[in-house]
Amino acid sequence: MNRRSILKATGMFMAAAAAVAAFPRLVFAGYNAKAFKNPKMDDSMNEVFGSNTVTPSDEVKLKAPDIAENGAVVPIEISTSLKADRIAFMVKENPNPLAIVADIPDGTKSAVKTRVRMGKTTEVTAVVSADGKLYTASKEVKVTIGGCGG
Amino acid sequence: MTSIRIKAKERNGSVDVKTLMKHSMETGLRKGKDGKKIPEHWITDVTAESGGKVVFQAAFNTTISKDPYLAFKFDGKKGDSVKISWKDSQGKTDAAETKVK
Repeated sequence: MNRRSILKATGMFMAAAAAVAAFPRLVFAGYNAKAFKNPKMDDSMNEVFGSNTVTPSDEVKLKAPDIAENGAVVPIEISTSLKADRIAFMVKENPNPLAIVADIPDGTKSAVKTRVRMGKTTEVTAVVSADGKLYTASKEVKVTIGGCGG
Repeated sequence: MTSIRIKAKERNGSVDVKTLMKHSMETGLRKGKDGKKIPEHWITDVTAESGGKVVFQAAFNTTISKDPYLAFKFDGKKGDSVKISWKDSQGKTDAAETKVK
């Protein structure tokens, strides 16, 4: 290998590294088994957000029932006054905690509402990515009848 | 017949979208009458577009309840189009479109 090709290879490597650093959002695009079929919340967050360093924040609002009589259908609502670009929701003790990842383009409100399944009483967490940082809100939901069908 | 029902209503420049998608959302954990596990089969991706622009995108796990409900809001006006499409774990797709009321 001569000097020129080494320089060229180094340059390409650096360009690739820079591209990854500049576009952390490229880590996730649509459904991804590595993120969703993963029992570890921290690993899922790394796949979805490129980080798992989170800050609990009052600006993230998570609405969920205190007691869910039917774990098969638990209504949840996440909203935030922050300018979110991505919102995720996790159920801590489900076999695969990550439930949903929503991408919020400019012009769309930083909020999402859906219904999830919960296997048993556990903590649920909303994760909001805004300004390159992750903010969370968590809540304990008591489940009377589990909803994972097991 | 489409599997998707959409309600889109404008209030003060913001469009409130509520959608219901008919889908079994099998978790792969449930057992059928024969005692065998029913294989997992669920919606993995949902996309919402208005006027050709993506206004909301979500990826689902099997955690999302049967016949998924999804609601979100975007800046728009009465008469705008709203198209919702989904893709499931078997590669099936469906789409529906409506106008903002």
